[in-house]
Amino acid sequence: MKKRRGVSYSKWGYIFILPFFISYILFSLIPQITTFYNAFFENYRNGLSQVGPNYVGFGNFIKLFTPAKNGSIDILRYFGNTMILWLLGAVPQVLVALLLAVFFTSFRLNLKGQQFFKTVIYMPNLIMASAFSMLFFTLFSPVGPVNQLLMSSGMLEKSFDFLGMMIPVRLLISLMNFLMWFGNTTILLMAGIQGIDQSMFEAAQIDGANSLQTFFRVTLPLLAPILVYTIITAMIGGLQMFDVPQVLTNGKGTPDRTSMTIVMYLNNYLQTSKNYGMAGAISVVLFIISAILSLVVYHTLSKPYKK
Amino acid sequence: MKDVNKKGRIQLAAARTVAYTILIFLAVLCLFSFYMLIINASRSNAQLQGGFAVWFGGHFFDNLRNAWNDASINIPRGMLNSFIIAACCAVLTTYFSALTAYGIHVYDFKLKKAAFLFIMAVMMIPPQVSAVGFIKLCYRFRLTNNYLPLILPSIASPVVFFYMKQYLESVLPLEMVEAARIDGAHEFRTFNQIVLPIMKPAFAVQMIFAFVSSWNNYFIPTLLLDKAELKTVPIMIAQLRSADYSKFDMGKVYMFILLAILPVLIVYIILSKSIIRGATAGAVKG
Repeated sequence: MKKRRGVSYSKWGYIFILPFFISYILFSLIPQITTFYNAFFENYRNGLSQVGPNYVGFGNFIKLFTPAKNGSIDILRYFGNTMILWLLGAVPQVLVALLLAVFFTSFRLNLKGQQFFKTVIYMPNLIMASAFSMLFFTLFSPVGPVNQLLMSSGMLEKSFDFLGMMIPVRLLISLMNFLMWFGNTTILLMAGIQGIDQSMFEAAQIDGANSLQTFFRVTLPLLAPILVYTIITAMIGGLQMFDVPQVLTNGKGTPDRTSMTIVMYLNNYLQTSKNYGMAGAISVVLFIISAILSLVVYHTLSKPYKK
Repeated sequence: MKDVNKKGRIQLAAARTVAYTILIFLAVLCLFSFYMLIINASRSNAQLQGGFAVWFGGHFFDNLRNAWNDASINIPRGMLNSFIIAACCAVLTTYFSALTAYGIHVYDFKLKKAAFLFIMAVMMIPPQVSAVGFIKLCYRFRLTNNYLPLILPSIASPVVFFYMKQYLESVLPLEMVEAARIDGAHEFRTFNQIVLPIMKPAFAVQMIFAFVSSWNNYFIPTLLLDKAELKTVPIMIAQLRSADYSKFDMGKVYMFILLAILPVLIVYIILSKSIIRGATAGAVKG
């Protein structure tokens, strides 16, 4: 490529990227720094009076990790909840997406109606999560259609309280997350499989590999980078889980806070008690966890296949 | 040889049957809740209390009228509010992401690499971890109950930037920029009149995604908006959930939910092909 000398255009590079960086610094970077800064102050509303801000060092973090009377540490519990809810949805999500991606890209199967199926399975991804959750709340309420159906078909004597018990609530949240994300993951993995050099599959076929062998020996290893990307983004998305459990349980994480996620915990401090110190401390923990998770997952999954 | 062929054909037929069965099952799973939503939005409260039904109840427009004119949840206002915010976000996100991508793609400058690496590094940071500082900032500058803090941050969207950069790399030959320069075009003019038209497809897809994610956004708006007339749709949906549920006309509740998702649903049904295609393009190389 020829470079014209004489006129320097480099200042235009700065001008063009300036709005982005001003906006990022103002609305993300500075808030990020002040969030961390706030974590070291006691600063909350107590009824009508304001406490702080007073510098307390690591006081908020100590409080965050101090066991309650019953011996449980809230933040660890909510982190555990978040991970359980995430895993229950994400494991089937990745497995089903992998299966569907193989189906859709298989020349041998040559499935019809692909566009229809893709359209349908991708749809929940764009639906407002809070509305989707509200919909599930009404469908599965004790007087809702699902209970009506189960009772009129004689499968249940009296209505089943899906939203009052730990396992059904967790399963519903995970089901919603699964439905919202497996289509998206399928589309991503499909693009990944289509990006694999076709001659690899031909070579495997000539060598007499069956579909399973082709999948485990060719598709999966070559798909690894995209699979890693998918899992990392899904995990970071899972850590942020909020809308679905918040609306389904009305912010309470019922029953007995077993479906309370970390971001719901953060939201409680921000919304109700305006406790910026504790909210800041939770944000720091959340930041560290997401940073570690992305590093760990990236390294464990990408190493064996690195060229 | 014939036997092998026959065996192969049976295997293929079996594999296809399994594949279709799984696909149909998942499609039904995806559609079931939305089907119930539309059916139930057309049934009166009495019909809904009466039992389960698989077909329309004939009260769709009653429910629509009731929901639309509800006194406590002003859904038309909420939809207008959400629309204004989402439309602004869609325009700002796409334009400035493209501008930034163009700046980094076309020009050579000292901090070019640093700027690119910085954007890539912050791409994965969850937005919630800066919420405390962001909310405090909004309180300090009296920007609560204001749409600016919901709109302006969309100027900096690392993910859309990345997509735009990938797109530029594949469609914009640098010679074209050079040619425009020789013709005496100003740098901004080159971008607005030559590069933007080339990027139309990328703009269309990313505008839809930006619109949808803003339309659906709940976490930050609910912390910043508490004036009734400024509330957005997701806040109203959450309000519906926390209201005393048993007193509600359930037909109306289903209608509220339907109205909340309808605009996105319609856009999706019309443009599903290009939306799905757009969903991959940015991520494949990532």
